[in-house]
Amino acid sequence: MSTVSTAHDFKRNAEKVIADGTVVKNLKAVRQNFIDKRVKAAQGLPEFEALRENAKEIKNHTLAHLDLYLERYEAKVKEAGGHVHFAVDAAEARKIALEICRKVGAKTVTKGKSMITEEVGLNEFLETNGITPVETDLGEYIIQLRGERPSHIIAPAVHLNKNQIESDFRRVHTHLDPNRDLTEKVSLLTEARGVLRERFLAADVGITGANFLIAETGTSIIVTNEGNGDLTQILPKVHIVMASIEKMVPTLEDVSQILRLLARSATGQEMSVYTTLSTGPKRMGDLDGPEEYHVILLDNGRSAMLGGEFQDMLRCIRCAACMNHCPVYHQIGGHAYGWIYPGPMGSVLSPSLIGVDEAGHLPNASTFCGRCESVCPMKIPLPKMMRHWREREYERHLNPALTRAGLGFWAFFAMRPKLYGLATRIGMKLMALASRGKGRFASLPFASGWTKHRDFAAPQGETFQARFKRERGTR
Amino acid sequence: MSSRDTIFASIRRSMGVSGEERLRNAAVDDRLERAPKGIIPTRAQLDAAGKLALMIEKLEGVQATVQKLASAAEVPNAVAEYLRANNLPASIRHGEDERLASLDWGKTALEVKRGPSDGHDLAALSHAESALAETGTLVLLSGPDNPTTLNFLPDHHLVVLKASDVTGDMESLWPRIRKKFGKGEMPRTLNFITGPSRSGDIEQTILLGAHGPRSLHVMIVEG
Ligand code: SF4
Repeated sequence: MSTVSTAHDFKRNAEKVIADGTVVKNLKAVRQNFIDKRVKAAQGLPEFEALRENAKEIKNHTLAHLDLYLERYEAKVKEAGGHVHFAVDAAEARKIALEICRKVGAKTVTKGKSMITEEVGLNEFLETNGITPVETDLGEYIIQLRGERPSHIIAPAVHLNKNQIESDFRRVHTHLDPNRDLTEKVSLLTEARGVLRERFLAADVGITGANFLIAETGTSIIVTNEGNGDLTQILPKVHIVMASIEKMVPTLEDVSQILRLLARSATGQEMSVYTTLSTGPKRMGDLDGPEEYHVILLDNGRSAMLGGEFQDMLRCIRCAACMNHCPVYHQIGGHAYGWIYPGPMGSVLSPSLIGVDEAGHLPNASTFCGRCESVCPMKIPLPKMMRHWREREYERHLNPALTRAGLGFWAFFAMRPKLYGLATRIGMKLMALASRGKGRFASLPFASGWTKHRDFAAPQGETFQARFKRERGTR
Repeated sequence: MSSRDTIFASIRRSMGVSGEERLRNAAVDDRLERAPKGIIPTRAQLDAAGKLALMIEKLEGVQATVQKLASAAEVPNAVAEYLRANNLPASIRHGEDERLASLDWGKTALEVKRGPSDGHDLAALSHAESALAETGTLVLLSGPDNPTTLNFLPDHHLVVLKASDVTGDMESLWPRIRKKFGKGEMPRTLNFITGPSRSGDIEQTILLGAHGPRSLHVMIVEG
């Protein structure tokens, strides 16, 4: 079992967030920051589109040969003096990590930001077993203090504002002067830096994720801006990398191609500040670095996605561009999605990993505007895959209540003109295209309760919001 | 059945393969052997002077500070001057790198410490292996010469970069690394560093000096 999910309660989660209003306010900056910066970065590189195509090819090739690259990779890690552990599911990954920590008598573990350790629920597990995990990415640290999960895959605390963070620091850092001035953002950063510096130096084990694993050299790569992932891995005796099997790329040249897309799509940087390639434990003569290097390779449902209609999702490099551009995400934030991965990528991935019974609502969280796919550096057809899920759900008649909830969900967006208008301005064209000139849809997002009984007219140059209002009265 | 076997079996079942296919294995070995280059942006395909100019422009674009030196002999004074200008104690730490150790530090009043950092140094000095002009990225390799802790623990990271070591892009770096370590081999840590440490986690405002150095100062040696 992975980290507990509330994805089945998606609609209620979302409504709560909207009623509260804080998240949507805090997320305003997402629109300006991430979106504008990504556009600028992409336009600044004339080869950007060609690189997207090539990155997609690289990943498709890798996935088609994943078993073989994993074998090559494993052999190289061992050759470099590292250890490779395979974990079928979350429970096994947790257990392996705990055993490694216990062997060295670890009391505290520092952690670089890692969605995979979130997925397997590592922190709670270590804690239950008497080991203190310390998140060191500033955003992750903040949400750990609050007992929350990340609401965004690269900006975990994006749903919070400065005042909320200040009050958390005051609540937890009780060893510091209660009258200290924390009005400036930089004083919050400095305080966290000081508190975490001690933790870095005291940690027995450092756990990071991996953005990529390189088969050619047995190397793991992390990409950060803070440098926390580096302090996490070079200071303790043991470095554990926890990564899912699809992080594989063949060669150093291949990863160079994809790195050009990652930072640009994520934060609009040309390169993140730190891109770190780690291969095995410290070498003879090295004066610093970890004595042990372990890689825990997690499957947790991914091998079953290969060869099927959701294989393309395994190209994902977790850049977050899809959620940064998602009007639904902007409205409800990441927590409402109820599990680890929010936004469009989560809506596709979560049902694959935790099952359609649990996460079947998520693929409805789309206005079909198509922006996620248009910005996805790996060209993952996210809307199409969400549609696949909806079709499956519909075919299975999973449960009639869900279908009704689907309609309710559509209504939920239809009644929010700002959000809906935003989505449909772009969505109109796309939907008209999707109906391929037939002028009618056989199935529609959120509206399977409706389209079960009648085809839905494709937009013919006007939003169907007005029409919905009218029809709603008659149903 | 071990978990390893379970996962491999599951991958192969999903894809309808056995792992024994000659063609699939050949495709993989061929890619690993040839390491095809893909698309190289034209941006950094320049002559040496052009690369250097781009490198400096990009470094400044990521809030690093840059200084050109006519020869390596000028490094000690430049370090002393940097520390003074930033109100730092006259103390610097570097690794075993001969290119740094052989410099005449005696002509400065600096305290020169050697070896990795334990977190108490305000400033450290490293020698870069190379740099990527395309993005203003420094390349540093772990080892006794330039211990990795120097890149991350001090508040100020000073880096010596030979102008002739500046390359255009990542793809031109790899042959150099393979020559140095062997095909398929890597140092324990290869750091790409593009500017000083930063975080955007508080209301998405970019603030410098998150966990790594607050300042990155690059001394480019032309001689
Ligand atoms: S689906 Fe695409 S856009 Fe979304 S996180 Fe993955 S790679 Fe990025």
